[in-house]
Amino acid sequence: MNFILRIWRQKNAADEGRFIEVPARDITPEMSFLEMLDVVNDEVTKAGGDPVAFDHDCREGVCGACSLVINGEPHGPNAKATTCQTYMRSFRDGETITVEPFRARAFPVLKDLVTDRSAFDRIIQAGGFVSVNTGQAPDANTLPIGKDAAEKAFDSAACIGCGACVAACKNSSAMLFVGAKITHLGLLPQGQPERDRRALAMVAQMDAEKFGNCTNQYECQAVCPKEITVANIAQMNRDYLVASLKKLFAG
Amino acid sequence: MNLDSKIPGGPMAQKWDRRRAEIRLVNPANKRKFEVIVVGSGLAGASAAATLGELGYRVKCFCFQDSARRAHSIAAQGGINAAKNYPNDGDSVQRLFYDTIKGGDFRAREANVHRLAEVSVNIIDQCVAQGVPFGREYGGLLANRSFGGAQVSRTFYARGATGQQLLLGAYQALSRQVGLGRVQMFARTEMLEIVVVNGHAKGVVVRDLVTGKITSHAADAVVLGTGGYGNAFYLSTNAQGCNATAVWRAWKKGAAFANPCFTQIHPTCIPVSGEHQSKLTLMSESLRNDGRCWAPKAKGDRRPPREIPEAERDYYLERMYPSYGNLAPRDIASRAAKRICDEGRGVGPGGRGVYLDFSDALARLGEATVRERYGNLFDMYHEITAEDACETPMRIYPAIHYVMGGLWVDYDLMSTLPGLFVIGEANFSDHGANRLGASALMQGLADGYFILPYTVGDYLATAKVKRPSADAAEFKQAEEEVHARVKRLLGVNGKRTVSEFHRRLGKILWENCGMARNAAGLRKALQEIPALREEFWKDVKAPGKNEELNQALECAGRVADFLELGELICRDALARDESCGCHFREEHQMEDGECRRDDANFAHVAAWEFQGEDRPPVRHAEPLVYEETHLATRSYK
Ligand SMILES: Cc1cc2nc3c(=O)[nH]c(=O)nc-3n(C[C@H](O)[C@H](O)[C@H](O)COP(=O)(O)OP(=O)(O)OC[C@H]3O[C@@H](n4cnc5c(N)ncnc54)[C@H](O)[C@@H]3O)c2cc1C
Ligand code: FES
Repeated sequence: MNFILRIWRQKNAADEGRFIEVPARDITPEMSFLEMLDVVNDEVTKAGGDPVAFDHDCREGVCGACSLVINGEPHGPNAKATTCQTYMRSFRDGETITVEPFRARAFPVLKDLVTDRSAFDRIIQAGGFVSVNTGQAPDANTLPIGKDAAEKAFDSAACIGCGACVAACKNSSAMLFVGAKITHLGLLPQGQPERDRRALAMVAQMDAEKFGNCTNQYECQAVCPKEITVANIAQMNRDYLVASLKKLFAG
Repeated sequence: MNLDSKIPGGPMAQKWDRRRAEIRLVNPANKRKFEVIVVGSGLAGASAAATLGELGYRVKCFCFQDSARRAHSIAAQGGINAAKNYPNDGDSVQRLFYDTIKGGDFRAREANVHRLAEVSVNIIDQCVAQGVPFGREYGGLLANRSFGGAQVSRTFYARGATGQQLLLGAYQALSRQVGLGRVQMFARTEMLEIVVVNGHAKGVVVRDLVTGKITSHAADAVVLGTGGYGNAFYLSTNAQGCNATAVWRAWKKGAAFANPCFTQIHPTCIPVSGEHQSKLTLMSESLRNDGRCWAPKAKGDRRPPREIPEAERDYYLERMYPSYGNLAPRDIASRAAKRICDEGRGVGPGGRGVYLDFSDALARLGEATVRERYGNLFDMYHEITAEDACETPMRIYPAIHYVMGGLWVDYDLMSTLPGLFVIGEANFSDHGANRLGASALMQGLADGYFILPYTVGDYLATAKVKRPSADAAEFKQAEEEVHARVKRLLGVNGKRTVSEFHRRLGKILWENCGMARNAAGLRKALQEIPALREEFWKDVKAPGKNEELNQALECAGRVADFLELGELICRDALARDESCGCHFREEHQMEDGECRRDDANFAHVAAWEFQGEDRPPVRHAEPLVYEETHLATRSYK
């Protein structure tokens, strides 16, 4: 297969950036999208050019490193899949494919397709945890947790922190990401003591990082490779409201 | 070279208690005065950095990914072992200890393994308290599954994403310490040199992967939790960035490298599909709880699997190993698959594959239950192959997955370079010549949460060499070395890409030092690798400059190190003139094709010492003394 890539090139954070067209030749349908980029980069390098920078690591859909907006869609055309799990058989031979970085004010571009998503780390640092030091834990089975609650908690905990939700949202809202962590820990008994604190602290940090607000377009849910649903956002809003009210009445 | 393992005296079950009682403590007010560098944010690094922060040390943690949460541990699928005996099926610390020693084909240090089995139970408690959503039974208690090499169910899991959930637990604990200001996190930062002052590891030189800036960090002790080097083989189940640079730098600064040839091949991976493939995807061992491995009995049988009648199928693991069946350990299951394919009975393109079939489980349990257990693995398989494992059996083939070898450490997890500690997959300590499934996560977290934070304190309380200033001459010199290496890589400006060299190295290693090895092949590899390395330094093309985000430069540096490490792997494989675990030397096999160990000559750890660039390394031996177990021939029949 052969393609034309209309690809975003940007030297560094200060550069303006622009689309450049590059051919992708002799691609096979079994190649992943990132393997196709590897082939293109090898050609670019051999021709004396600067290879296209993009984030990736596990290449099996779980580390959350890979990103890319492909033909306008974060993580490309397939539902429930990351860019590294997107295979070239999903594209038409001869097609022109547009490839851009995730775009959001809170995710500045560092080079080409690489963005800075450290805002997510700072949100977790603000409260996305259970405060338990090593060695303080009681025996694991002293606290039974219903199978359904555990499964639901897993569904939210499955978030890979890739940021596609932010990239898909016209307001660049991070609420799906934040809601997923609040819901994961809020569903478990271990998460209860800090539930209010967590919601307040994570939301405050989210706002400080300049993510936008949710206006119920559900684009985030549609692109999430891990099928995190907007119910997580509703849960976050509830927890935040309850925590804010409690704080208000506590004086 | 001093290979004093510092194993405490006394009965096996009391050694760790005894060591803990002897360890000198640092008082809480003094802990704040000590700085510890942790390189790596995987299960080992993140758990260590978090715990050290909780204890009150000042910690700096480094990783090359853009976030600590993306360390390769995130990709672990199947589960984590612990001797909880919740299913009441006869498990105990003693049994986990014995299974691990036996699984490792009697090439691991007993005392370390016993301690691992002891602390395994604390790990599960800790993770549950952090909110890790392990699988549960309807009664609300934790669920278990079986893994290879064990006849009890002791594996805890979070669907097929156990590593992800454990790592997120450790990452959250680490993030809490970052938020509290006790740990400083440096993401997108690669360690490129260890700094030695008066014979002790006292800092690192790192490169900021965004700006290219090269800087020094001084500390009282340095901990490496930098993962394994399976990517030396190019195609592996490891993440793309996994590399050996940190351990390789440490080796050249005096840390011994133990058993580099103990590399593990995982039996169930998705087979290679083409030339440009960049990685192989694992299908978790947990699938062998319900999946049955088979191949056609007849050579060259090209019929679709469903058309091959039961009587014409060879369920080869069940036939060869009736008591463990599909749950035979990895080395054994991998070699069995290779043998089938070598006989011409392999399936799929090129005949390099066997079936992993779920039809019995589907009939017994129903599709819903099977999907609940393995759904995300089936999805992954479908993404890659466009086939549904509920409809047609999976095709699988072995691939490089894990390394048991790594930097040599004593009982305190300190390398032969004082002040340098090594944890997780980066050290060699617990798995001998073959690791059992679900034991790497256990070891990484045991090291990071429960062992290193104690033992590092003992070193800090007694170390004579204090933390230097990062302006000291030793740091300047180390920075010079890093600059020189970067300049050299960028300066070659040849015609071939880094990946081309990496692919060629991988091929040499896979063919000569993979699932089966022999002296002639290893000698050949030992000629080919130095020649390839020479070509690399003449003809590699790493474009761009240092002062920018330059991924080609990062890769070039890593491959340059693999080109040296690859040689040490083969050298070690040649010197170990026996078969054991994953190290299968064709010259040493039983009539039935199993490993023939040579305990008289090789019941030891091989520890290699660097002698300088132009002299061959020296092989030292740490004898393995078995107090608790008998050196027996492994049998899974
Ligand atoms: C696909 C797959 C599935 C697996 N499934 C299981 C399983 O089910 N059960 C099990 O027990 N084991 C499993 N394993 C093995 C297990 O995941 C690993 O052995 C383990 O996670 C390694 O953890 P670690 O902390 O030692 O290293 P890693 O998680 O590899 O972390 C290494 C860290 O070091 C950093 N680093 C490396 N070099 C440098 C440098 N030079 N400078 C700065 N930072 C650096 C990286 O950024 C990273 O943070 C699996 C492995 C694979 C590949
Ligand atoms: S590279 Fe890890 S999720 Fe795509």
